[in-house]
Amino acid sequence: MNFDFSDDQKLLKEQVRKFLADKCPTKVVRRVLDGNETHADDVWKGLVDLGVPALGIPEEYGGMGLSPLEVCVAAEEIGRAAAPVPFDSSVVLATEALKLAGSDAQKKKWLPELASGKAIGTLAIAEGAQPPKPRNTRSTFGGGRLNGRKLPVTDGEAATFAIVLANTGGSGDRAVSLVLVDLTQKAVARKRIETIDPARKHAELTFSDASAELLGGEGEGWRLLERLYDAAAVYFAFAQVGGAEAAMWMARDYALQRNAFGRAIGSYQAIKHKLADCYVKLELARSNAYYGAMMLTEDGADLPLAAAAARIAATDAYDFAAKENIQTHGGIGFTWEADTQFHYRRSRLMALSLGGPMAWKDKLVTRLEQKNAA
Amino acid sequence: MDFNDTPEEAAFRQEVRAWLDANATRKSDDTQSNRARNDDPGLLQKAKAWQDKKATAGYARMTWPKEFGGRGASPILQVIYQQEEANYLVPLGFFDIGLGMCIPTMMAYATPEQLKRYVKPALHGQEIWCQLFSEPAAGSDVAGIRTKAERDGDDWIINGQKVWTSGAHYCDFGIVITRTDPNVPKHAGLTMFFLDMKSPGVEVRPIKQMSGGANFNEVFFTNVRIPDSQRLGKVGEGWKAALTTLMNERLAVGLPSGGLDIDELMELARETELEDGAAIRNQQVRSKIADWYVQQQGLKLTRYRTLTALSKGQTPGPESSIIKIVAAPKMQDMGAFAMELMGHAGIMKEDVPFAAGFQAQWIGGAGFRIAGGTDEILRNIVAERVLGLPADIRVDKDIPFNKLTRS
Repeated sequence: MNFDFSDDQKLLKEQVRKFLADKCPTKVVRRVLDGNETHADDVWKGLVDLGVPALGIPEEYGGMGLSPLEVCVAAEEIGRAAAPVPFDSSVVLATEALKLAGSDAQKKKWLPELASGKAIGTLAIAEGAQPPKPRNTRSTFGGGRLNGRKLPVTDGEAATFAIVLANTGGSGDRAVSLVLVDLTQKAVARKRIETIDPARKHAELTFSDASAELLGGEGEGWRLLERLYDAAAVYFAFAQVGGAEAAMWMARDYALQRNAFGRAIGSYQAIKHKLADCYVKLELARSNAYYGAMMLTEDGADLPLAAAAARIAATDAYDFAAKENIQTHGGIGFTWEADTQFHYRRSRLMALSLGGPMAWKDKLVTRLEQKNAA
Repeated sequence: MDFNDTPEEAAFRQEVRAWLDANATRKSDDTQSNRARNDDPGLLQKAKAWQDKKATAGYARMTWPKEFGGRGASPILQVIYQQEEANYLVPLGFFDIGLGMCIPTMMAYATPEQLKRYVKPALHGQEIWCQLFSEPAAGSDVAGIRTKAERDGDDWIINGQKVWTSGAHYCDFGIVITRTDPNVPKHAGLTMFFLDMKSPGVEVRPIKQMSGGANFNEVFFTNVRIPDSQRLGKVGEGWKAALTTLMNERLAVGLPSGGLDIDELMELARETELEDGAAIRNQQVRSKIADWYVQQQGLKLTRYRTLTALSKGQTPGPESSIIKIVAAPKMQDMGAFAMELMGHAGIMKEDVPFAAGFQAQWIGGAGFRIAGGTDEILRNIVAERVLGLPADIRVDKDIPFNKLTRS
């Protein structure tokens, strides 16, 4: 039985953790939240120097060629710090999409730039009000030209390129394809949009005959997206676990120092039991996330099921810890000055950005039915 | 990451399988026929015979030192033995409390002569031990017990009542926590003994549980005489001894097994017709199945994390403290939900597929949430030991026991 990370992986985790504790304390999250910058570029550059974006990229494409497990431990620390950097968009989604569906030429062009931090990538799926589905995708791609509007796009302003879901004329789920588009061209307009988590900037992207190319086969977009989301669900789960743990300890520290009715509020069972429940959910999430990481690493048949379980458990743990952290703080926790808001905002952002728990629970049962039928 | 054995573990697993194949019958694929028949009157004798065979082969308590019949082995090997044994039709469960809690307490406090007398018969299933802690007025607050032990020359005279004593009706010996000094605060006035359950003045009465079963007992002590040589630890230090016992309780890792779970719930949902079609297509049903699946997997995988630490020779983290907090309400809630799927027929004991099994979970879950630490006490333990939050203010801390308000 070897259901744990290796000593080397734990060392890497400790290294990323120390770096972020030093360079990305909560005041940096606040700086981005309150300010105009697209992300904390100082922190991002430091993470690039540590090699974080290169971890999971094969050596032949300029990366470090490490396993998903190394990316997972980094994700947990990014999540713990609620770091305002393009990790989820670039290191997870864009990198994984290229690895999954990119041609050799596309990988040769973009993966080394992602590894070195020269480029930031992102994924552009949603088009406003309706949940993303092939039938809701109005953006079109044909003849090498992309037209349409995508929002919200995480890091849409900072990104160098985007992978976009666009209609390519097929029917049903085969109506859509993934399309790779350079965002630095004139045919792309970017506009910042307001969201619930201003520490992670989002944009609306408008494409007007933008030059673009297919990523993966035509009509394969929806199928590729599902596989991409399974991998991303595992990495996100680690970030959510890190965030949940941070929120839990923040609440615990406050419960020890805050007195009411003559004693620390952390000595009341109403608080103790709530925080014990945070721990229970956290450990359920951690265990499910580990299995997702294991399946991702060995490309196991159980990956779709394990990824869904990891996502559901981690979303629940982070949502719960983030909201009960505010509740434990009482009034001060609801002020703009309090740090509690960072995890509350981030937990909801992460819960929704790959599709919410209801959709994943439905997916999980579908996959369980498929497994039982097999 | 992998779930594989180390070469040493794999070799041991092979050894265990070969031994079990030679000495026991493998379970068939038919789960119904595998269910242990608790009402078999010969079960205890069969269990004793199996325990003797197992102990003779050195598998009964592998982590114990060799002098006590163990192998001084790593806990992971004991776990591997139990994993393999679970695939065979063998009677289990009568010896867990004695060997898991009572005898380790004896090892900490009894004399070498006493250990020579008692350990081997216990290990071989010839003598069974019980733990006499809980009382009608002392459950979660076990230090509040009232059973009295009064000095009489070289003996002690015990009077009082214990409750929820597992297996007292077939046990030969027991360890008992008593109050020897009511004039000091509650933790300071306790003393632990062991006794022969056939001593004059010991009366065992079974408790019929809400589930209909009777695995537990009330035990009454009326002027029971115990020699001072059967005292475990110093007078007034019974709480310390009790903590030794309870610490060993926590090392007994494991989940209740054999009950219905997600697979059966899925099957039920496929076969149940709701107004808008099969229940399995209903989003509320799917959402609940997903939540319980995530819990079921989470518990299994959390256990794998603990086993990983054992396999590496490390002390496991506190993660296993979540197991009963999750498993017990899941059992109760899933049972109730499955019955709901059946509609009015969910109340019927026969003629409805899965009804009896899920009813057993719904009923049993109510008890499981209390036994061995209530949901609430377990949350206190996580909050205090894992998160480092303060203990509750104990208003009885400095007050002599005989001055406390009684319930």
